[in-house]
Parts: sequence; C-alpha cells; structure tokens
Amino acid sequence: MPARISRLAVVAGFTALAVILLPFADLTVAGHDPWAALSRMARGFLSPDFAGIEQILWAVALTVGFAIAGVALGGVAGLLMAPFYAMRGVRWTAIALRSVHELFWALLLMQVLGIGTWTGVLAIALPYAGIFAKVMSEILDEADRRPSDWLGDRVDPLSRFLWARVPLARPEMASYALYRLECGLRSSAVLGFVGLPTLGFQLDTFFRQGHYGAAGAVMVIYVALIGTVRLWMRPRLVAGWLLAAAAVMSQVDAPPMGQGALWRFLTSDIVPAPLRQGDPASLAPWAWDMLTGAILPGLWATMVVAQIALVLTGLVAFAGQALVVPRVAGRVGAWIGNLVLVVLRSFPEYMLAFLFLQVWGPSMLPAILALALHNGAIIAHLLGRQARGLTLRPDAPRGLTLWGWEIAPRLFGSFVALCLYRWEIIIRESAIMGILGIATLGFFLDDAIAELRMDRAVVILVATALVTVAIDRTSRSLRARLGAGRLIVNETPSRTAASC
Amino acid sequence: MLHLDGQDLGHGGTPVLSDVRLTVRPGERVALLGRSGSGKSTLLGALHRALGDRRVALVPQDTALVPQLSALRNVLMGRLDDHGALRNLATLIRPRRADRDAALAVLARVGLTPEADRPVEALSGGQQQRVALARAIHRGGDVILGDEPLSAVDPVQATALAAEIRAAFPTAILALHDVGLARDFATRVIGLRGGRILIDAPIAELDAATVEDLYAR
Repeated sequence: MPARISRLAVVAGFTALAVILLPFADLTVAGHDPWAALSRMARGFLSPDFAGIEQILWAVALTVGFAIAGVALGGVAGLLMAPFYAMRGVRWTAIALRSVHELFWALLLMQVLGIGTWTGVLAIALPYAGIFAKVMSEILDEADRRPSDWLGDRVDPLSRFLWARVPLARPEMASYALYRLECGLRSSAVLGFVGLPTLGFQLDTFFRQGHYGAAGAVMVIYVALIGTVRLWMRPRLVAGWLLAAAAVMSQVDAPPMGQGALWRFLTSDIVPAPLRQGDPASLAPWAWDMLTGAILPGLWATMVVAQIALVLTGLVAFAGQALVVPRVAGRVGAWIGNLVLVVLRSFPEYMLAFLFLQVWGPSMLPAILALALHNGAIIAHLLGRQARGLTLRPDAPRGLTLWGWEIAPRLFGSFVALCLYRWEIIIRESAIMGILGIATLGFFLDDAIAELRMDRAVVILVATALVTVAIDRTSRSLRARLGAGRLIVNETPSRTAASC
Repeated sequence: MLHLDGQDLGHGGTPVLSDVRLTVRPGERVALLGRSGSGKSTLLGALHRALGDRRVALVPQDTALVPQLSALRNVLMGRLDDHGALRNLATLIRPRRADRDAALAVLARVGLTPEADRPVEALSGGQQQRVALARAIHRGGDVILGDEPLSAVDPVQATALAAEIRAAFPTAILALHDVGLARDFATRVIGLRGGRILIDAPIAELDAATVEDLYAR
C-alpha cells in the first residue's frame, strides 16, 4: 500500500468493491406478501399489548441481571489484565477473547455449561474482558504521569499503581464502564435469540406465536430500558445493582449438565474427528472438506454482506449527520432525526435483522439493511455531535447549503475514519447473522453445533476470529495512511465508536 | 553535598545551560533567579540527578498531585517509599491514626487543616501548591528542591511558608520569582541569564543593578 491515500480514493475503492459484489448477493424477497407482514408488524408496534407484562418484566430483570453481572465480571478481569497489556501473552489473550462474538461464546458455552446462568454471564464477560483490558490500558497510558514520576523509583509498583495511576484514570474508567453496560444490555437481550431467558427470547417467542402486540410491548420496554441507563445506573448504586443482579441470577433454573461436560468438551469433543477416531491419515481430507465446505463459502458470504453493508452504512451516515443538526434540518427536523437515530442505535444489528427477516424472508437483504441502519445511525450520531460543536462564522448559511459547503467537507475525514472503525464490527456482525439462516460464517458454525460436531465448530470459530483480527489490522493501517487516526482519537468518540 | 563540574545541561541536542560549575554545601539556602525560560527548571533537574541516593523532597512547578485523592492522602504520598506495598494499601484504604495525625500536623503548618479531607481537584491553585509543599515537608530529607513553590500564594503567606521550609530542611534550593522573598529566605543567590550563570554570590551581594541585568529584556 502507498504511504498516503486520499480519503476519496478509499471511499471510491470500497464503493467499487461493493458494486462488484452486488451481483453475488442474494437479495431475493421471499414469496409471501412482505407488505402485509410489515403492516401487521407496524400495527402491533403501534398498539403494544401489555397483557403478558409479568413475563416481560421478568425477562427485563434477567436481561439487566446478565448485563450487570457480565460487565462487572468482564470489567474486573479486564482491569486485572490492563496493567500487563504490554506483555505479549496478555495482549494476545485479550485479542483472542474479544475476537469471538458474544453469541458465538454463548453457543460454545452452552455445550459445556448448558442453558444456564453462567453461560449468559460468561458469554458477555469473556469478550468484554478482552475489550476492557485494551481500553483500560489505553486510559492508564493516557493518564497524567507526573504524580507517578514524583514518587521516584524506590516506591514498589503496587503502591505506585494504586496511589498515583488508578485515581487519575478512575473517572474515565467509570464513564467507559457505564458505556459498556449499555453495550452489555444489548448483548444480553440478543443472547435471548439463542435460548437464554432474556428479552430476545420473548421477542422470538411472540413472533413465532404471531403476537405482534406483545412483541411491540417488548420493543417499547427495551428502548425505554436502553434509553434510561444513565438515569438508573449511578456510581453510588453499583453495589446495590450487583446484589440485585446476583439475586436475580440465582433464580434462573437450568437443566443440569452431566458431570465432566467441560472435560469431555476439551479432551474429546473439540479434537478433530479423524484424530479422535484414530485415523490421522484422513485429517487432510477432513481439513480440505472444512475449508471448501464451510470456511471459504462462509467467508465469501460474510464479506459480500459486510462490504455492501459498509457502503450502505456510509450512505446512511452521510445523509444522517445532517438530520440532527438544527441549523440544517430545523429544530423540529433535528428532534425527529435524533429520535430516529436513537431508536436505530438502541436495536442491535442482530435484532433489526431478525425483525426484517420476518418481513422479507431469509436472504442477505435483511442482514444488509440491519447492519447499514444500525451502524449508519451510530456514525451519524457521532458526526452530528461533532457538527453541532463546529464553530461557524456568524453569517454561515443554513439548510442544505450549510451541510454541503461546511459540515460535509469539514467532517469528511472523521466520516471516513468512523466508517473504517465500524468495518471490523460490521464483519463480526455479518458473521453472526448466519445464525438467522443467512449463509455467512455463523450459519456454518450454528450448523456444526447443531450436529454436535464441536471440532468443526471450533475450527470455524478460529477462522472467524482470524478474519476479524485481519480486518482490524487492515482498517488501522488504512486509517494511519489517511492520517485520520489522530482526527478522532483525540475525542472520546473513537472509544465509543470502536465497539458495540 | 552536591557538585556540578562544567556540564552542559538541556534536553536533546541543544543545551539550555552550558558549562555549569557549582557546588552546594549542607546548610546553604539557594535562591535561583532568572526570567522564565532561563533554565531554572533544567538546573533543578540536573541538581536532582546529582543528589543521587540522598533523600530529596521535590516541589515541582506543576505540583504533580493526584487530583482525585484528598489533600491528606496526597501528603501521605510523601513517604510511600518508606513502607511496603501492603502497608501502603492499608493506608490508602484508611490511614492509621498516627499517619493521619502526622499529615494533619503538616497540613496545619501550611494552613490547610480545614481542607484535609477534600479532594485536591476541589482546591484553589494556591491551596494545591500548599498541599504540594506539605507533601514535601512530610517527606522530609536532607534537601528540598522547589520549582517556584510559592508562585501562587499571596506575599504574606509566602513569607510564612518560606519560614516553614527553612525550619523543615537544613538545605534548600528554590527557584523563586520574587526577589524580595529571595532576599528574605536565601543565604546565596544563583542568577541565570542567556544560558549561563550570571551571578553566584551570597545573597547580601545581590544589588539592584544585578537584578536589573537578570530581568532586563
């Protein structure tokens, strides 16, 4: 790659790639009447049916419980890793933990722990520990070093860390943890789609039963829950919430797993079948079959979905950034724009894709739309915030002229950088969409797990993780070549844009 | 106790101060004078390194306090290297009676008793500077090195605090911005200008003409 690339060249390159991939994308709309489904759904959402409220509220309690317990556990583990993040072993452990999506962790853990409390908590805690370790170590690195320098070199490392490093990083860490909790609530809700008793499970059930009103009630409660986190989660209340989460978790009854499930999983289930059956000679054909029958087709579909979704994300973000600026869209327009973005941001890609799937049937279309709307809304929100902070000359124009002549050009660097940040996330989420029946990597993983072929599942998981890491690397090197890294790293959005 | 022998001092390639020769004997109180950017901080840094293993109490220009911790705990930080990790951890969670009393006594000397349990970030600039001074006094040692340690307090307080410094440390090297305060406090003056030591003499020999030379544009 050349040392410097223009932003327009990056945008043109990604757009061209998406256009080339478009003919390969399966965008068919399934046979039945999508508009009827859509109107049934819309009617359900507009007249939510709170008859099953007790059931829903219990799912809310479990969603919050899994989120708090998972984020707390992941946070503590990440905090313990953070000071040692410069060590290769710790860094790679963290990278491995966070390169596997919560849903994949859940599918894997279910084989060992069953559909129980610990599966839900660990599915959130494990990847979050990897993310926390990285971010907490960054926060520690950025904190003021002077008090620590003052101490001289005779003070022991633990005292130096606790007295002169942690207090300086604590406010930033607390605000990041709160942000992570919002992510955790989304993750926790989505875990319901693979069978844990959270809001996603309720939504799935109500849809299967055709209870659109009840599903609407779940959605309303879910948006309210995400939107009010900052009101009910206060630093003073953390201990109380942890106790409450533990209490709720202890009420989950799960079918007991047989003794030694973990041992069998580690020593037998994940060993490639040819080796397990004492036939090492057929290992090569087994691996070839894995590669051509699952990994490559899964990877291809994942990339097709992700690249098209990325360009659509960019379109949504580019248009959306204007909608939330009062000087462009007017006061009422900006208020409505904000509302739309808040709703789209609250629903994780997976949940949106699930909804769209009910309308258009299984193809890449629901997945691409869900990815584009959710990620586009996040970028538009961050850009809108930057746009409102721009200092404009007093006689600056209004409306579309302002957007075209001032906002869009001035924020173009941030726009490209944020899209590149989301690229890795879009890839991860595209892989996950497979669980919904689209032929991305998650489809083959889900398939292998359903057939109890854990050896295949683990290989696909590792392949997925490697792709994620590779895309992360590419994105970072592109950002460096754009000179765009610095553009937003100075502001907190980089941290908030990088994940969930 | 301290000796620089014709060194060039500075960061990276270009020296801020060249050919610095000076000796500080125990019991001396040195005032460093000079315009900002004349190399006082550089000289203090070099003196700190030259002191080697001696116990030194530092008052940096930027205070280097931990804003989120209370004034009392910032003062207690002065002696972290005297204790092991476990003892320091216990102190961080809840200081022992004796430690607390010792720190409170020092805070009383700088007039901050009422602020002892407030986080440093809630204090004014002058109060923060006094916390940094209290931390140095609590640390104690053979010598105090201070970089404009009294720049943010009013003249009356500055005189009183200078007296506290004199009482707490046998030897002191302070960069000062106030010539009057320097005359009052120091036994010896070192004046910097244009990357060189312009004057190094007993404080009594500091006349108006020399001061004029030091600060003239």
